[in-house]
Amino acid sequence: MAILEINGLGISFGGLRAVNDVSFSVKPGEIVSVIGPNGAGKTTLFNMISGVYLPSDGEVKLNGENVTAKAPHLLAEKGLTRTFQNLQIFQEMTVLENVLAGFHLSVRPSILSDLLSLPGAKRRSAEAREKAMAFLEKVRLANAAEEEAGNLSYGALKRLEIARALAVGPKVLLLDEPAAGCNAVETEEIDELIAELAQSGIAILLVEHDMKMVMRISNHIVVLDHGEKIAEGTPEAVSKNPDVIAAYLGAEEEPAHADG
Amino acid sequence: MSANSKWVQLAVLAGIMLVLPVFFPSGYYYRVGALVYVNALSVIGLVILIGYAGQISLGHAGFAGIGAYACALAPVHLGIHPALAVLLGAVISGVLAILIGRPILRLKGYYLAVATLGFGILVSMVLSNERGLTGGPDGMAVPDLGLRQVLRGMGLKLSGGEFWYIANALVLLVAIWIALNLFHSATGRAMRALHGSETAARTVGIDVARYKLQAFVISAVYASVAGSLLALQNGFITPDVAGFMHSVEMVTMAVLGGVGSVLGATLGAAILTLLPQVLTVLADYEQLVLGLIMILVMIFLPLGLLPSIAARIRWRGV
Ligand SMILES: Nc1ncnc2c1ncn2[C@@H]1O[C@H](COP(=O)(O)OP(=O)(O)O)[C@@H](O)[C@H]1O
Ligand SMILES: [Mg+2]
Repeated sequence: MAILEINGLGISFGGLRAVNDVSFSVKPGEIVSVIGPNGAGKTTLFNMISGVYLPSDGEVKLNGENVTAKAPHLLAEKGLTRTFQNLQIFQEMTVLENVLAGFHLSVRPSILSDLLSLPGAKRRSAEAREKAMAFLEKVRLANAAEEEAGNLSYGALKRLEIARALAVGPKVLLLDEPAAGCNAVETEEIDELIAELAQSGIAILLVEHDMKMVMRISNHIVVLDHGEKIAEGTPEAVSKNPDVIAAYLGAEEEPAHADG
Repeated sequence: MSANSKWVQLAVLAGIMLVLPVFFPSGYYYRVGALVYVNALSVIGLVILIGYAGQISLGHAGFAGIGAYACALAPVHLGIHPALAVLLGAVISGVLAILIGRPILRLKGYYLAVATLGFGILVSMVLSNERGLTGGPDGMAVPDLGLRQVLRGMGLKLSGGEFWYIANALVLLVAIWIALNLFHSATGRAMRALHGSETAARTVGIDVARYKLQAFVISAVYASVAGSLLALQNGFITPDVAGFMHSVEMVTMAVLGGVGSVLGATLGAAILTLLPQVLTVLADYEQLVLGLIMILVMIFLPLGLLPSIAARIRWRGV
């Protein structure tokens, strides 16, 4: 059974129909990729699913429950979290603290014991710290744990966002261009990490520009163009689809007009 | 590392507090020192609100006013001990902060600044206009705390200046300890996270409105207690304690010292409390010099004094 179901999702910005009538679903352990030219509406779709934008139409179901337009922090409680295409890092916190913030829900802080540094609060923080270090190892940032996050390279921050999202303990993880700006080696590492996460049962919704990576790791691909779903299916089926080829060629031929 | 640095900071500060009186030329300076500590107390509240949670308030003197007038009014009208009045003021400020914080913390940037500004003005207007109760702009007397007499009975004779120097130093140390605890806690991380990116904070499950409100309430309580102590040590209070200038002074102290740093804020409070005393020789130009210093600090040390200096030292040291 699908853990994430998108039915007829759509949104308008003024006159612009950024996403229109998009439906698909993701099962636990599955990697579903959303591809499409720049401006196709991929990030906007993620923003609606994760509660950042209020959709004008359609619904989002998580584990069968309608969660459309629920606040992002409530979605996180239900096991849905994400990373961002344009980095959203807690710049002035250390790398470790960024991941620790991801443990917010499991730590369940109590204001009084935090103000007075009571033993319970300290213990919970220490436990989170240990797990956070494990996630930093996973994305190979353990060495930078005590550095201020703002000082890290772009590729490192991309991985930090993944570690922070993992700290939430997600059942559904939305990754918006996790390998953008990363070199070939880093891309391969992220690639392996995503596959490993899916294997552990997390449902992954991925936006990625690196087509080789998408074709290699996706179970299912959804193609967007001008906000519309123009195709979906297995990697092979999608790569042979004439509409998809036309959308990509069209976008390359007249990039200035691609966004309308 | 974090826990150690907390105790090191507290120990250094306690050491400075202990040694400073050796250099006081007269008993009057105990009063000045006590004033520095009281100002630092409210500024540390603002460090939690501005530095941790990234929210602005230009009306926090309103809470100081509530704390101050609680100490002036409650002992007379409710018959409670002034020490309990400090607590009462803190509770009233906290509850009021919850009530007004809920709606106005949805606002951002200058909208929030203007809304908090409005709150501060409202409090100072009420204090000025309720002449029957508060004596209006002329102010009113504040009952004595009575603790000094108790200490004298136990054989410890302290001047008023000495007593308040010690009392405020102790309260400030506790307040700093709490602020540093918060900084390194999950609650503090949630506040700092939403400061960095509200969107990302939400996606990791942080209820942004809730943590903004907590920061607002804590800072209100700090300001309230500072106002109470100010009233008690002066034995007299006017609505100026809740005035706009006092709110601006608090924010300026925080920004000057370094709004993200608890010790920086203490330094900022010290400088801006002491500077007017030093600048009295310049009489008419005092405000001008203060303004100039502020502008220069913001241009050349935008992080505030202490963090900028610390960053430079580290940079050269490496
Ligand atoms: N908040 C917004 N306001 C107005 N237009 C927006 C907003 N967010 C996205 N858009 C528009 O929606 C379209 C899709 O953008 P986006 O989802 O970022 O595309 P993609 O991620 O596929 O490159 C673009 O034309 C973009 O300008
Ligand atoms: Mg995008």
